[in-house]
This record gives sequence, C-alpha cells and structure tokens, in this order.
Amino acid sequence: MSKRRIPSRIFTVLVYLFLYAPIVLLIVFSFNSAKSNRVWEGFSLKWYLELFQDTRLLGALRTTLILSVLAALIATILGTAAAIGFYSMRRRSRSVCLSVNNIPLTNADIITGVSMMLLFVFAIGAFNGSPLSQLLGVRWKMGFGTLLLAHITFDAPYVILSVMPKLRQLDPNIYEAAQDLGASGFYAFRRVILPEIMPGVLNGLIIAFTMSIDDFVISYFTKGSGVTTLAVEIYTMVKKPVTPEINALSTLMFICVFLLLLIVNVRQARQETASSRRKAALTPSDGQS
Amino acid sequence: MRNRALAIPYVVWMALFVIAPLILIVIYAFTAKDGGVTLSNFSNMGQYFPAFRHSFVLAVIATLICILIGYPLAYFLSKESVMVRKVAMMLIMLPMWMNFLLRTYAWMSLLDDNGLINQFLGSIGLFDLINGIFGTNLTCFHMINTQGAIILGMVYNFLPFMIMPIFSVIDKIDPKVIEAAQDLGANNTMVFRKVIFPLSLPGVLSGVTMVFIPSVSTFALSRLLGGGKTLLLGDLIEMQFLGNAYNPHLGSAIALVMMVIVLVCMAIMNRFGEGEEGVAVL
Repeated sequence: MSKRRIPSRIFTVLVYLFLYAPIVLLIVFSFNSAKSNRVWEGFSLKWYLELFQDTRLLGALRTTLILSVLAALIATILGTAAAIGFYSMRRRSRSVCLSVNNIPLTNADIITGVSMMLLFVFAIGAFNGSPLSQLLGVRWKMGFGTLLLAHITFDAPYVILSVMPKLRQLDPNIYEAAQDLGASGFYAFRRVILPEIMPGVLNGLIIAFTMSIDDFVISYFTKGSGVTTLAVEIYTMVKKPVTPEINALSTLMFICVFLLLLIVNVRQARQETASSRRKAALTPSDGQS
Repeated sequence: MRNRALAIPYVVWMALFVIAPLILIVIYAFTAKDGGVTLSNFSNMGQYFPAFRHSFVLAVIATLICILIGYPLAYFLSKESVMVRKVAMMLIMLPMWMNFLLRTYAWMSLLDDNGLINQFLGSIGLFDLINGIFGTNLTCFHMINTQGAIILGMVYNFLPFMIMPIFSVIDKIDPKVIEAAQDLGANNTMVFRKVIFPLSLPGVLSGVTMVFIPSVSTFALSRLLGGGKTLLLGDLIEMQFLGNAYNPHLGSAIALVMMVIVLVCMAIMNRFGEGEEGVAVL
C-alpha cells in the first residue's frame, strides 16, 4: 500500500514546490545586498531599512489599515443585523436577498469596480452640479469616502455568509426562554443570541478585514486620485523592472499572513474541541462511556 | 428574535451600491457620449474580437490546467490523516492570502531570460546539450512576456480556488458509501469512476467558476507577465475607464458583454453538472 502511494506523494510535493518556490525566492532575495533578483551578492538588511523609510508606501499602508478596519467593522455590524433580518424573512424574500447578496461575490472584481466607479462619478457629478453643493460650498470628489463605501459593499456579503449558518444552528426556543425569564428583547439578544453567533460574527470580521487588505482591483477603480492603498502602490512599484523593497515587503506580509492564519486555525481547533466537549457533557450516555 | 426590520439598512445598501451600479452599466452601454440611446457601442465591438478570443482561450486553458493539477492533488490529500490534511489545506490557503501582485512579481523575475530558472537550466547543461544536438545557439528559454507566462500566472494565482472546493467535497464523502461499493465487488478504479468522481463533480464545478471568472476578467497579469503584448478583456475595460482611451460607454458595453457570456457559460455548466448528478443518483 505504502509503495503505491509514492507517485502521489511525489506529485503532491511538486505542487507544493510550485506554490512555494516563488515565495521562498522573494524571501531569500529580500536579504540580498545587490539590487537584483537573479544574482546573490551577500547578506544585507538594507531593503528593509529602505522600506521603513519609504514614506509613500508607509502612508499607503496606514490608509489601508484604517480603511480595512473601518470597512470590516461597519460591514460586520451591517451584515450581522442583515443576517438576522434575512433569517426572520419568509423563504421567498430571503432567497431573493441572498442572491443579491451573492452578486459581489460571483461577479468579476473588475465589473464590481467599474460599476461602482460609474455610480460614484455619476453621483458626485450630480451633487456638484446641484444648488445644494453651491449652498453648502462643498464639492465632492472620489477618495477615502468612496473607497470605504466600496470596501463595505464587498465585505458585507462575507459577513452574512459566515453568520447565517450560526443562526440556523440556533435553538429557536432559547430567545423566548430568556424572555419568559424576564429578559427584555435587547437584553435577551445581547446575553443569549449574540454569544451563540459570536464565532460566526468574528470569522466574518476576520474574512472581511483580510479581503479589504488584499483587494487591488476594486480599490484601483474607486480610489480617485488623492489617496492610494498598499495594493495599488504595490502595482505601481511592480511595473518597474526591479524593486527589491518589494521583496522585503513580501517577506513581512508573508509572516503576518502566516501568523494570522495560525491564530485562526488554533482558534477553530479550540472551538471544535470545546463544542465536542459540551456535546459530550450534554449527552449522558456519551459522558459515561 | 425574529426581526425583519434589521435587514432594512442592508437592503437599502445593496440597492444603492450593488443594484444601482449594475443598472448604470446597462444604461451607459446603451447610450452615447451625448446622452442619446444607441447600439453603436456594441456594433463597434467587432474590432475587439481578438481581446475576447485571447481572454476566453487563455482562461479556458488555465482552468483546464488547474483541474488537471488540482483534482489529483485534492484526491491524494483526502487520503491522508486528519492532521496532515489540516496542515496541507492551510499551506494551500497561505499563498492565497498574500497579495496576487506580489506573487506575480516573484514570477516576473523567475521567468526572466537571466532569471533563476534559465540560470538553473544553463548550469545543468541543458542548453549545451540542445545546442549540441540541434546545432542551435540557445542561451535561454524565452518565457517572460509570452502568453504561456500569462497562463502560468493565472494557474499559480488561482490554483488554490480549484483545490479547496474539490477537496472539501471529496473529504465529505461518507466512507460507508465507498465501503458499500467495495462490498458489492467494485475494484478501486470502479469505486473512483462510479462513486467518488460523480460525487465530487459539484466541487469541480464551483472550482471552475472560481478559477475561470477571475482568469477571464484579469487585468494587470497580462501587463506584468505578458509584457502588454496580449490585450485581454480586463485591460481593455480598464483602458476605457482609467486609461488613455477614456470611453466609459464602450467600457460598459464590453463589461456587459463579458458578464453575459460568463453567465451563459456558468448556466450551461451548471445544467450539465445537474445532469451528471442526476445520473449518479440513478
């Protein structure tokens, strides 16, 4: 049996090699003293130093972090409320809402990007031409605001998709039980429902945050000319032939992503053992055996 | 806890930022710069046929390669122990979380004429061997700035999207079903052909969707790996909205046509998939 597995193991290793060779290359050459991804000339940390002195890139990083945190938080609140609302709906209207919710997920990013750009250009043009704009002395333009709106729009579907299953698992009687015991509607929600769906809400928040950080295409079309995000800044840097700072940046990002994924996985494993333990405690026969 | 009103803010949000933009795309596609209704955006599209053809051909090839690599990998991984499976899946997801521009950048330097791949092939004497046999004067394989490089970029960036859905479907197949087939006298090939493969098709279908859609609409990949020589749909659309050829009406028309073709492809594929599932149930 084990001998027959050797070809499949070789295949698996080759695929992982294919997936990781480019990343290893970036990490190794981030410590290269020469300005080259081809020839190794000696160990150096100078690209990291340059990275930390690149004010444009650091500014873009700051914008991206603020944007991603804000967008993920708002999308989580909006999406969790919407998930409860959808859950309460009749089947017909719920399935309509969920299909609209799926549009940003299935549509190509570039379509979402250009369509929102059209909306923003249209709305801003209409507003700036209106008497209201003259009255207030305000002129709108694309920038952080439009970026935030776009990011919330493509983040929220992920939150809803991760909260909905938790709501379906919920025992429909516990909310009424809490109310029978004298809890007000909001109190019962806060103390009974929210803790139950919290893992889904948190997962949604994390997915939304990473989607925002990672997004290039939609940001590219909705950012306007004043602001820039990390991914867009990377795009302008990558277009130049050799930019060793990118290697250093990739290494740092890889480490961040790795740690984040590790935390999420450990959290999930803990949740699973906790829930299986609780199940074992609740079913006496299992508990005894 | 039933409170439909909680959905109202998000329903309004979707109407404003999901539905309205798509309606705007349709309106722009059917109007001219002066505001009049016209079909000229579509009738002028013939000159962009090569972009459509390149995009769809490259995306189909990339999707097929992803199936050829992703399906066996998902199948092999599903036979490993729980611990190995978990770590293996995490390692599949890990590169996906790094920005695709960074991953693409890595390939730009790998595929270069003086890049590490050509250096390696040169150092093992491959070029000398080929030159010796064929009398050529080869010093490197020219890989960057070709359509092959674009396909490689698509496969590399989107392969995890193929592996994950296939793996999760195969992983969920009840082992009792396979045992039952074996008890009824099926050998390994038959178990795979008659049980595992039909049951895994929904995973393949969602993998195909998740690879094909970003591949066909990609922009930046052809500029970074294809040297801008092959104009793809994504680049064409980008040019109409942010580039020199500023014409959002034409851009909307191209985007609309692309969206419709993709939707039709997906609908046909899903129908085909349902048919297969029906056979499996029978």
